[in-house]
Amino acid sequence: MIELRHISKTFNRNTPNEVKALRDVNLKIDSSRFVVIIGSNGSGKSSLLNAIAGSIDVTEGKIVVDDHEITHLEEYQRSKWIARIFQNPLMGTAPGLSILENFRLASVRTQSKKFSIGTNEKFRKKIRDKISLLNLGLENKVDQLMGTLSGGQRQALTLLMAVMDETKVLLMDEPAAALDPKTAELLMNLADKIIREFHLTAFLITHQLKDALAYGDRLILMQEGMVTKDLGQSEKAALQLNDIFNWF
Amino acid sequence: MNFYLSAILLGLGFASLALGIFISMRIFNIPDITTDGSFTLGGAVTAVLLSDHTSLPLVLLVAFLCGALAGSITGIIHTKLKVNALLAGILVMTALYSINLSIMGRSNIPLINIDTIFNRLPFISDSISQEIFILLSFSLLLWLIVSWLLKTDFGLAMRATGNNENMIRALGVNTDRMKILGIALANGLIAMSGFLITQIQGFADINMGIGIVILGLGSVMIGEIFLKMIRVHKIGWHLLGVIAGSIVFRLILAFALSIGIDALYLKLVVAVFVLIVVSIPNLKRAS
Repeated sequence: MIELRHISKTFNRNTPNEVKALRDVNLKIDSSRFVVIIGSNGSGKSSLLNAIAGSIDVTEGKIVVDDHEITHLEEYQRSKWIARIFQNPLMGTAPGLSILENFRLASVRTQSKKFSIGTNEKFRKKIRDKISLLNLGLENKVDQLMGTLSGGQRQALTLLMAVMDETKVLLMDEPAAALDPKTAELLMNLADKIIREFHLTAFLITHQLKDALAYGDRLILMQEGMVTKDLGQSEKAALQLNDIFNWF
Repeated sequence: MNFYLSAILLGLGFASLALGIFISMRIFNIPDITTDGSFTLGGAVTAVLLSDHTSLPLVLLVAFLCGALAGSITGIIHTKLKVNALLAGILVMTALYSINLSIMGRSNIPLINIDTIFNRLPFISDSISQEIFILLSFSLLLWLIVSWLLKTDFGLAMRATGNNENMIRALGVNTDRMKILGIALANGLIAMSGFLITQIQGFADINMGIGIVILGLGSVMIGEIFLKMIRVHKIGWHLLGVIAGSIVFRLILAFALSIGIDALYLKLVVAVFVLIVVSIPNLKRAS
């Protein structure tokens, strides 16, 4: 479960450039729920995800994951619960390390990085098996540098990496926006599958209204830093594409 | 001693420096000028402690730790006080000049009639063979240790910190801490090079570190030219390339001296040579 209580974020406070990115946002999301967030540019969607991830510090309010208050924890400390997929497919992986080495780091996300070699044969086999499920033909290339792969391949691997270690919350900020339509669909299906399989509490920001309808069991509309619509599973299921379109 | 053999031995002595530069420059993308000071620091500590008949392993340990301490100060200034890495290094290097001078008490300490790392092996009578044996085993050991370290989970996190900071922070690594540790390690290795070079040349000098960062960078770049030829990206090979680069660099300098270039112009030769090595890949890309 993740709870946001009275979250506000103001950038450039008390200057002429003051921007109120988030205004008193209150959300309570039960475990294993998949929340889709839509809204126009500048409506505060990304700020909301950044606030949860810890890459921005909120001005006011409280963020609680399960029973842990994480409001003022550093980003690297929150990674114990939270995994993240960025919009830029290159941001979630280290290009200068091999696929195997990237997965090794992901598999110790919640743990301290020890002085022992973890990329052994057993681990290699495990990763090969996992990657083969993607059907991208990468299972025999685990020693290849991540930087030699395409954006779509890297984003798919990033998703898989997110569940290599125990994860409660998965944050996705337009994960498929930079991908071609076919790869984007593959990626979204994969995300959906992983979220269900691992019972993750997930957030998805998207501008694809089709995806907003197809995925998730709760739909949130953000406008000017506030949550202005919040639809549960049954209401969301009854929605038509046109209904959402008219919200903008 | 044979001219080129002594160049190779110097190259092995500078291998530790090159590995340190590899960590700061290649892993963290930080041009760390602390190097000039920490190299001399390693030499100064070595000369003073050896003159005091301190046991050799302890001298090595102290030299490493002093370098690491200097590096961690640069790291802290850079990450916690948010000072540009280049400036942080210059600040610490400048401060180290005074510190090195006060450690040494004078600007030059010769190691005359003092036992060094090179006369500890009674079973090898000939001193040149001893030097070869010691430097080879030292470099081999160093290569094994650093390669191992960079393959561990900790080492992977360190490499990822320089490669994709956003990603590794999301994977639970305190990148500030990692940078401080990394620059500390780099300068520890560099001070170890000061430890060796002081004993190879038989003295420590307050100016022995001037421009040394370029020497390390040149070695790293030469190593990368080798790696491009054989197309490998395994970290162990990379480090081996850096060590080989250090030796080749020394051989090239020896060659330059042997064809009659005045020693006065040696630093100029070094600078021009490194410039060539650094710019070759860019020129190729442009054409």
